[in-house]
Amino acid sequence: MSYADRTQEPKMLEIKNLHARIAEDGTEIIRGLNLTVKAGEVAAIMGPNGSGKSTLSYVLSGREDYEVTEGDILYNGESILELDPAERAAKGVFLAFQYPVEIPGVATMQFLKVAMNEQRKARGEDELTTPDFMRRVKDAAAKLQINTEMLKRPLNVGFSGGEKKRAEILQMALLEPKLCVLDETDSGLDIDALKVVADGVNALRSPDRAVIVITHYQRLLDYIVPDTVHVLYKGQVIKSGDKTLAYELEANGYADIIGAAA
Amino acid sequence: MNMQTTSRLTAAESALIEAFNQQIGELPGNGAVTALRDRLLDDLKKEGLPTRRIEAWHYTDLKNLLRSVPAQAGDAGAEALEPLVDGSSVLAVIQGRAANKTSAGDLAVSVYSEKLTDGSAVEGLDALGRDDAIGRINGSFVKDGYVIDVPDGTELEEPLEIQFVHAGGDIHTRLPVSFGANVKGVVIERHHSVTGDAALVSHVSDITVGQGTELTWIIVQQQGTEDTHLGQIRVNLGADAKLKLFVINAGGKLVRQELNIKVTGEGAYLTLRGINLLGADTHTDVTMVLGHDVPSTGSTEVIRNVVFDRAKGVFQGMIRVAPDAQKTDAKMACNTLLMSDDAEFSVKPELEIFADDVQCGHGATVADIDHNHLYYMMARGIPENKARAMLVNAFVAEIVEELEDEALVEALEGVISAWLEKHV
Repeated sequence: MSYADRTQEPKMLEIKNLHARIAEDGTEIIRGLNLTVKAGEVAAIMGPNGSGKSTLSYVLSGREDYEVTEGDILYNGESILELDPAERAAKGVFLAFQYPVEIPGVATMQFLKVAMNEQRKARGEDELTTPDFMRRVKDAAAKLQINTEMLKRPLNVGFSGGEKKRAEILQMALLEPKLCVLDETDSGLDIDALKVVADGVNALRSPDRAVIVITHYQRLLDYIVPDTVHVLYKGQVIKSGDKTLAYELEANGYADIIGAAA
Repeated sequence: MNMQTTSRLTAAESALIEAFNQQIGELPGNGAVTALRDRLLDDLKKEGLPTRRIEAWHYTDLKNLLRSVPAQAGDAGAEALEPLVDGSSVLAVIQGRAANKTSAGDLAVSVYSEKLTDGSAVEGLDALGRDDAIGRINGSFVKDGYVIDVPDGTELEEPLEIQFVHAGGDIHTRLPVSFGANVKGVVIERHHSVTGDAALVSHVSDITVGQGTELTWIIVQQQGTEDTHLGQIRVNLGADAKLKLFVINAGGKLVRQELNIKVTGEGAYLTLRGINLLGADTHTDVTMVLGHDVPSTGSTEVIRNVVFDRAKGVFQGMIRVAPDAQKTDAKMACNTLLMSDDAEFSVKPELEIFADDVQCGHGATVADIDHNHLYYMMARGIPENKARAMLVNAFVAEIVEELEDEALVEALEGVISAWLEKHV
């Protein structure tokens, strides 16, 4: 399906004239960003260092270190600006972190169970039974080639870079979100690990789910093929197109597009 | 009593003395015990309760903090509890009175009041010195408890839980336990209130750990929100003995736990772990005096504190290394999570080292919950309160997990999560 064909699909995410700054020092990072992502769409966001890619992912997830000063984020037609990160997650927003956090003293397995059940509770669903939970974890871990022994360890503690990224995708697979934001999921991965992670993401593609892939390089997009590509620069989307835009960027760099937009 | 003395006493001090006069006929003891009680009470009259001017009490000004002394209460509602660990042998001391038991599992035990009556308890009843206010109060008022002699080579299959349960009032108990050589076992000393009625509790455990004995002793303090708990454990650690001493404070309004430990046998090792869960307007003080008296002994002390609301906490850790105690290896750490702007924790490490070939160190940290951790957990759909509770739990659970025994770990994690559910 081409970029144009998707215009009739329901809008899952609509970011309107978004301005956001770092709460602590007031530095504005997102400066009038507009972006629409439809259900079923895989959107890639590319851009040079410092363009606001990670900030966008944090603002979408509701991190309190950032303040939205103008504009709105509509998720399935409703503003989510007043929701905290947990409330957004329960509604189906998921951020795969560029740098997953290590939490000593919290076993990965326990963390997964609490997260899954808290989300279910928030949506008015029954909690999972332990056997059901275990079966889901085992299945998802096998697909991502994750040793379940690793899940007995504290969350991300002592995991290698690749293991951390795989653990993020495992969480995504188990939590079954509707809007997946992958922040530089390819960074620090060798090609084999990249394929495993990409397969994990592709397995989650579905007509009622949207994926935003934030990346520096086109490489990941060979494995997770996007429907749309958006170039972020100085906190704005300065160009959108289909997957050929990514090839163009890979061949010519950002300079041409930035020059044209300026 | 002359007028000047009377006017110096606080209401609580006067009430203590009055309580003694009222109970004088019921306090068990032969002539020697009675004489010692009278002397301890006289000292209390003369010295009063300790103030901040006494160094050992600098952060816990008992004279000011102890505002009243509850009247004696009946035992309404106080009864033996299910043990923390299934299958434990249980000795219950209800409302300060030992049930008349002669054994716990295979172990022979005696009732402490009988030892007061026959006078054999007089040794060890005295206070440890001029500043030992807890020893003084307990020695004056103690009514009952258990006396246990664990024979050489005993291996306790199941934990022994000695529970002190009350429903308010004044409760003064004692627990002398002597472990022979090469004993293995786990003892849980549990202090528990079943009501919100105020209590004044004093308790002294006096334990001797024989050669080669491997003992885990766990103090679980879950007093009521109006209670004063004055606890003391005196420990004598023999050659090659290994003691894991765990102290969990998860209750009480005004709490002082004194740990008086003498390492007197070569090759002995102490592992001290403390968890202080503090909330509301409470004051909790853990004061340790540890003497490494002979060569080639070691110890590690780790105290973890979580302080909510306007609670205040204190840890004083004194390690004395005697001139002969070469090759002593001691490490002390105190880590605190402050959960509110009004929470306070004071740490006073003291090392007095008189030997030259020793390893001794201490460290302290104070922090808040890591906001990156909190954000990450919330981003996975875990609500803020639940995420905070999990992070606090992780901070203290690390210590509990050192116990390794699954049933014990589970029991203590239960105590911790029950407390956190009420406070986070």
